[in-house]
Amino acid sequence: MSTPAAIAFLAASVLFIVGIKLLASPKTARKGNLLAGAGMLLALFAVLPLLHGPHDGSVSLWKWFLLITGLGAGLVIGALGAYKVKMTAMPQMVALFNGAGGGAAALVAAIEFAHVTRASSLTFVVAMLCAALIGAVSLSGSVIAYLKLEGHFDKPVTYPAQQVMNGVLFVMSMLLALAMAWGSHSMVLMVLFLVLALALGVLMVLPIGGADMPVVISLLNSFTGLAVAADGFAIGNIAMIIAGTLVGSSGTILTLAMCKAMNRPVTNVLFSAFGKVDAAAASAGAATGSVKSVQADEAAILLGVAGRVVIVPGYGLAVAQAQHQVRQLSDELAKKGVEVSFAIHPVAGRMPGHMNVLLAEADVPYDQLIEMDEINPEMDRVDVCLIIGANDVVNPAAREDKSSPIYGMPIIEAEKAGTVIVMKRSMGKGFAGIENALFLRDNCRMLFGDAKASLQELVTRVKAG
Amino acid sequence: MTAEMLVFFIFVLSIFLGFELISKVPSMLHTPLMSGTNAIHGIILLGGMLALAGAEGFIQHFAGFVAVVLGSANVFGGFMVTDRMLQMFKRKK
Repeated sequence: MSTPAAIAFLAASVLFIVGIKLLASPKTARKGNLLAGAGMLLALFAVLPLLHGPHDGSVSLWKWFLLITGLGAGLVIGALGAYKVKMTAMPQMVALFNGAGGGAAALVAAIEFAHVTRASSLTFVVAMLCAALIGAVSLSGSVIAYLKLEGHFDKPVTYPAQQVMNGVLFVMSMLLALAMAWGSHSMVLMVLFLVLALALGVLMVLPIGGADMPVVISLLNSFTGLAVAADGFAIGNIAMIIAGTLVGSSGTILTLAMCKAMNRPVTNVLFSAFGKVDAAAASAGAATGSVKSVQADEAAILLGVAGRVVIVPGYGLAVAQAQHQVRQLSDELAKKGVEVSFAIHPVAGRMPGHMNVLLAEADVPYDQLIEMDEINPEMDRVDVCLIIGANDVVNPAAREDKSSPIYGMPIIEAEKAGTVIVMKRSMGKGFAGIENALFLRDNCRMLFGDAKASLQELVTRVKAG
Repeated sequence: MTAEMLVFFIFVLSIFLGFELISKVPSMLHTPLMSGTNAIHGIILLGGMLALAGAEGFIQHFAGFVAVVLGSANVFGGFMVTDRMLQMFKRKK
């Protein structure tokens, strides 16, 4: 590597580091992303002089054509994906982009492996194998996560001896890797290895419930980072090693933080099919009581006379695309002197921070958004708690019912508020597939219907009243 | 110390740097952060370009081309979608 290229890669790495640092604070996040983007452009230009053809070192015109077309095609696909996607589909989009990165990492490893000779260092071969395995797992896993978030699977897919099968598959791919590292550098084995890794990714994500997809995407994100770092080793590019590793380790922290919010160890998320636990628990903890529904006019009065209202948004708000209506409601209530805040559960929606992004789209100022730990001690002084399309994150069973599969998960303690109004389409269960005893409480009223229509009506009523 | 060892040093130090960088992030920024780091691992595009440049034979050319397309989608899409998310975070005027 020439000195100018080395300096450019060093600068790019510094930009990535500063970028991630700034991304972690609301005020500077956008700047951080742009800085990291600038670092990426720098790295992209710095790599151009390093491109070498296989024989005399020059890159043929045909290859330049392929390079530029490929870059352009990716740019168009990426831009379309980034700007056309709805805010609700953001998690799926991240999953797809992540899968793309994983796929690229696996392909790069495979191509490098084709160039391996007897003289190649074992370290490099092992790095390629790691990149191929992790990249392929990340690709197929991300695709399954995407399909799950799109709603193509109703339930976690489980079958007998699932974990044993996955274990066997893993051992098989490890044996194959050993064979490739120390013996045969055959491409047939490499292709077989990639197929096994793809299957492993699919089978790993299939049994995991849709509610856990955020954790899975975050985990696969850090996987891709590690695969990229391993490719960096194999190909001898320091910027790839640093960037990939940073993503790998920061992604791991993020994954653990998300698991902590759900009070489940990461092994529990990955290796126990959530759906299976539910069936037993749901029958055991059948709650008693009756559901009391409320109409929009009465709900509007309750909200209008309240001193303090806390709104708990959930995935239902995202599905109904009602973020603008909820903001209007909050504005109308504020005009009447009601103190309105939004309580954000760390795993509400399909991704941590999903609700923040959604509400931000409707220009809800972020200092109005309060995190779970801050709002819970104040909950008994709240007059009305309005729950919009959230379910599991306010389920008191998490605190009270030891047999519940979500027992121990921190929740927003909505039941402590004077009155709880739950906006829901039906009495359907939440993503965890369990009953919610909150709906049967004496202080709880159900406002059935589409969240967007109901909110619209509430806005009109509050305005008039 | 060999060059390989030096690279390994960088790898290990980067791991710890990554841990420290994001240890205290408000949960509201988790999605943009995941999306932003997702864009950063799009640096695999460099790997795709290097691999395509050194490709021999049809299969390697094809695989390299696909890797460049995927890497490019990861980079550009990743940064754009993150910027679109962050554009929406505004403070009350």
